[in-house]
Amino acid sequence: MNREIAVVAFAQTDHRRTTDEFSEVEMLMPVLHQVLERTGLKTSDIGFTCSGSSDYLAGRAFSFTLALDGVGAWPPISESHVEMDGAWALYEAWVKLQTGDADTALVYAYGKSSPGSVRDVLTRQLDPYYVAPLWPDSVALAALQAQALIDAGATDEPALAAIGARSRTEAATNSHAQLRGSVPQGEYLVRPLRTGDCPPIGDGAAAVVLAAGERARDLCERPAWIRGIDHRIEAHGIGVRDLTDSPSTRLAAERAGAFERPVDTVELHAPFSSQEVILREVLELDDSVRVNPSGGAPAAHPVMAAGLIRIGEAAARIHRGESDRALAHATSGPCLQQNLVAVLEGDPR
Amino acid sequence: MSTILKAPLTVEFPFTRSLGPVQSAFLTGLRERVVLGVRAGDGRVLVPPVEYDPVTAEEIRDLVEVAPTGTVTTWAWNHEPRRGQPLGAPFAWVLVRLDGADTALLHALDAPGPDAVRTGMRVRVRWAEERSGAITDIACFEPYDGDPVEPAGHSGEFADPVTGIVAPARLDYTYSPGRAQTGYINALAERRNVGERCPSCRKVYVPPRGACPTCGVATAEQVEVGPGGTVTTFCIVNIKAKNLDIEVPYVYAHIALDGADLALHGRIAGIPYDQVRIGLRVEPVWTEGARYPDHYRPTGEPDAEYDTFKELL
Repeated sequence: MNREIAVVAFAQTDHRRTTDEFSEVEMLMPVLHQVLERTGLKTSDIGFTCSGSSDYLAGRAFSFTLALDGVGAWPPISESHVEMDGAWALYEAWVKLQTGDADTALVYAYGKSSPGSVRDVLTRQLDPYYVAPLWPDSVALAALQAQALIDAGATDEPALAAIGARSRTEAATNSHAQLRGSVPQGEYLVRPLRTGDCPPIGDGAAAVVLAAGERARDLCERPAWIRGIDHRIEAHGIGVRDLTDSPSTRLAAERAGAFERPVDTVELHAPFSSQEVILREVLELDDSVRVNPSGGAPAAHPVMAAGLIRIGEAAARIHRGESDRALAHATSGPCLQQNLVAVLEGDPR
Repeated sequence: MSTILKAPLTVEFPFTRSLGPVQSAFLTGLRERVVLGVRAGDGRVLVPPVEYDPVTAEEIRDLVEVAPTGTVTTWAWNHEPRRGQPLGAPFAWVLVRLDGADTALLHALDAPGPDAVRTGMRVRVRWAEERSGAITDIACFEPYDGDPVEPAGHSGEFADPVTGIVAPARLDYTYSPGRAQTGYINALAERRNVGERCPSCRKVYVPPRGACPTCGVATAEQVEVGPGGTVTTFCIVNIKAKNLDIEVPYVYAHIALDGADLALHGRIAGIPYDQVRIGLRVEPVWTEGARYPDHYRPTGEPDAEYDTFKELL
């Protein structure tokens, strides 16, 4: 089982704090049309469709079935969904293409955080016996991790502030980003994390098209070949884990072949500034590597799409000839619980 | 275009969860002011305890009592407590490694301010006055400068073990149906039924979703449909839903409004339930001041010919 598979197109919305005027499918549809337009494919040409989203964001059951209207899900269609970030939907699509059952796949993800309170919503993904009844919100859990890093001497508050500032400076040229340029570091949300250390809350969607072998070369001038992709998970109890480390990321990166040769571009899904400190360490990134030229999650964080966007942004740089070998990372769950790493390469120039 | 509609939406559910042997012992222990951990394959004592070894995935159930005193391994100051959190006044979130344990438990620490908290500080459990066998039986932790409390070596056997918990969940939203459905709902308030026509296949969808589910393209052209329609299929409801003031049995039907290419749902009234039939011609009935039809009633026209609605079944 070793088919060459590539990301051949990527599209995303402009990520915004609220999008009341659109239902989820209305927000998603332009992105689906854009990504198909870039390949010249119609939905009926797609071999496999897979999406990532969460019902808890919208507060309604089976919300992904309504979003499916945007792809014209008329039988026969081979379709699947993950209640996770779209990066994991991409992994499922990659597996499907590896089986040879399909040559092309459409992967999309979306999240509207604006109808609810995402800090509270995310508490519902925690252990329901010991943790969820205490309602620890996503910022509080990230703050525990940040303090553990500070205590370990791995970072301090000014260094964390610099990460957020650098990300949003990079995002100045990214018209899709929600926060761009200089943004005040702000007050503590949960100490030691300030507003500037936390991702913006917003709505958005993203989509990619995958294709196998020669099909990829037909659809894209310079496909972003997925040389390796792997995802790993850690114990769900956060008190069982060493919060200053991310062994799951390290293992996923090893299995994806990330350490075999240097990469020139990295897209990290680190919603909180402190998480970038950990990821840089385990991925052995030094200052010679361009990290998050898109601005990353500190500049735009549509929940459930932000990880897929990392893969899309890395692939788009390869499409444009700005990168030859890129690493993309996605995370899910509290304190970097689950991590996915993909290594993408362009054909030699 | 009219203003997009918005309304508060609360999703609330009391999740009833059963406990396995290890979780049952732990939560029963809390009710009895005893903290239990479980010994993992590598000898570590995990608190809170789990039923499967996080390294080997083997089933584990060797319970070990640990002390109600411990050490903070990391913390975060929460100056603005949110609904449902353990304390109403500002507090610290803490991970605490209880004496005798190798892993840490998440909870709240009652402290006067962030300057009174540090990693490595000693704390002890403050028990809730009323305990039922839940993680909230620990009200919070509090600073403690005394000696470690020696656990009595409890076996984990209790006379009246807790076997389940009820975990209420509540999330609040401001729901907005988006452009297409706002148009639909606003038209209903004016006693009009509108759909949207697909620019590609020309079908009219009611209610409109803003997208053609067949073609996957955006719809925008509003089309007035009805008011009359035809019952394409129906069922007889015999069980009364909670808080519903409609007498059973009643009929719930698919109704193809004239001019629509998709049937919508509605209740049929104004005719005995056992006389409703496929092909029956019906029209919507709005009650005084209502924003949407309460039900559909027979128009008195002859039944529609099968061929006129067979594509809409």
